[in-house]
Amino acid sequence: MAKTAEAPSATPAGTGAVLSSGKKPMGRRVKEFFVDFGRQWELQSMILPGVVFMFIFCYIPIYGLTIAFKSYTVIDTIDSAPWVGMDNFKIIMSDKYFWDSVVNTLGISFLKLAIGFVIPIILAIMIYEVSFGRFKKFVQTVSYLPHFLSWIVLGGMLITWFSTTGLFNQLLLSLGLISQPSNIMLDPNKYWWIATLSDIWKEAGWGTILYLAIMAKIDPTYYEAAKIDGASRLRQIWNITIPNMKMIISLNLILTVSGLLGSNLDQTLVLMNSQNREKAEVINSYVYRMGMTQGDFSYATAVGLGVSIVSVILLVTANKVTSKLNDNQSVL
Amino acid sequence: MNSKAAKGDWDSRIFDAINIALLVVFTLIIVVPLWNVLVSSFSSGRALAEGGFIFWPTELSLENYQAVFRDDGIWQAFFISVAKTLIGVITHVFFCAMVGYGLSKRYVRGRKFYVTMGVITMFFSGGMIPTYLLIKDLGMLNSFWVYIIPALLSFYDVIILMNFFRNVPDSLEESAKIDGGGDWRIFLSIFIPLSMPAMATIALFNGVGQWNDFMTTKLYITDQSLYPLQMMLYEIIVQSQTQSMQNAGSVVIETTTKGVQLATIVVTTLPIVVIYPILQRYFISGMMLGAVKE
Repeated sequence: MAKTAEAPSATPAGTGAVLSSGKKPMGRRVKEFFVDFGRQWELQSMILPGVVFMFIFCYIPIYGLTIAFKSYTVIDTIDSAPWVGMDNFKIIMSDKYFWDSVVNTLGISFLKLAIGFVIPIILAIMIYEVSFGRFKKFVQTVSYLPHFLSWIVLGGMLITWFSTTGLFNQLLLSLGLISQPSNIMLDPNKYWWIATLSDIWKEAGWGTILYLAIMAKIDPTYYEAAKIDGASRLRQIWNITIPNMKMIISLNLILTVSGLLGSNLDQTLVLMNSQNREKAEVINSYVYRMGMTQGDFSYATAVGLGVSIVSVILLVTANKVTSKLNDNQSVL
Repeated sequence: MNSKAAKGDWDSRIFDAINIALLVVFTLIIVVPLWNVLVSSFSSGRALAEGGFIFWPTELSLENYQAVFRDDGIWQAFFISVAKTLIGVITHVFFCAMVGYGLSKRYVRGRKFYVTMGVITMFFSGGMIPTYLLIKDLGMLNSFWVYIIPALLSFYDVIILMNFFRNVPDSLEESAKIDGGGDWRIFLSIFIPLSMPAMATIALFNGVGQWNDFMTTKLYITDQSLYPLQMMLYEIIVQSQTQSMQNAGSVVIETTTKGVQLATIVVTTLPIVVIYPILQRYFISGMMLGAVKE
């Protein structure tokens, strides 16, 4: 294992050292490589277990993606399954349930993007503007907390809050906004909003950390100068704080856009029920259902592979677009 | 930054007032529902069924917790959760530190290849099904080790630790080399103690991840004795949902499972909420570890 993993790297690693001392014959470079390698056996013995790990747990599954082009059944191994070319992908194209899940994934993701992306920025600026230290700390502590709850816990909480006798209905009843309690978890038309808003509730505070860290580095003299010029607080935010965060906002945007299709599986599995399924099923939960519960491994893998490819395309496109906006500086 | 507002500046004061009012609303939106879950778990089943309380139950009771703790399953699940989190965190941090230390030396042969190989794993993966097939072929289905071994390495963490090790002054290492210490010795007795803050941060994130993880169980475990708390809670939630839909009229069933569900939520979350204030100090500085050092 060690040897085979090493061999291809001999040339690239060797060239750097050799460039300055002129050209050496290939055989000598390879020999030098192994001499060095032997001298560094202690360091190599630290790295190689990691390399073996990555080979097994990351690269073998990447190889396993080939079953997307095969017809895999439980009696097969990945290698013995017969090739079927693009057949699985052809079936996907005419699969209504798949397209439903695409619509739901995109719908929920765009809602999360449209609302959930801006809220942490606004929230971070609001926290940054607080000058009362203790209150600031308190708000931060509280806002990070939901991030540490699992989706299972939060799912359980949501089901309790929205039950007919739960907090949500009690609040609305006491405010006189509704006359009859109802369980909105069972209403498919509300599901996108439940998924979006619960995700924002959980992650908005956490999302402020990076922004706050960047803002802490802004030179305070900018604000002093703006104040002397008579700029209002909102003006200062608009002309100093936000431009200083442009880079990190773009980076976050790229990462969010590239993750558009990877809607939260944990969230879906716990919030989905037989009533709201048609609006709740996302691509990932569909992969789970087709593969793990219905045993159609090849088909589920094909769906997953398609999603990964689209995600990479999104990542590259988002990076291109935002680098245009950032004066041609690539963020990634 | 605190001196942004000039005293007596009315615009600025109005801004502050609105800002603080909005933040108070925001904190309430987070605190009230959590508080409601906590007090509801201490409510009697009857009061739960009637509803009508937000901040304080009409009837306090420990019956939900008694029902939860009477079940042997919860003790077993708690034990599994603790075991997988503790073992998982220690092995993960050590393994990542070991690899990260090796890669932090720029002169290591094959470094470019190793790093490229690692970075690729950050963007591409085989996904759920091929990974499942691998775990199955490795014979790790229904084994405790499926919680530990596949979670050993994360290349993100390797990179963070690698950057941290780089910032340790070279002179420390040189003096150790003169004293005849090998790389392993230097790593174990100099770098590990020096890197405790970085490792604590990674341990924190990894620990929360391990504690909260339920997909691993859902995918690879069918043996109930290996269920962690999260999976138990998941089963209770799914069960209560189907029950409440089947017996839409039957209040009794809905409330007993609801009470048990609430108590399980609290028990599952408690360890995180208890250690959270202690760890909070670390994670903010930890978030910056990956960033460039000044």
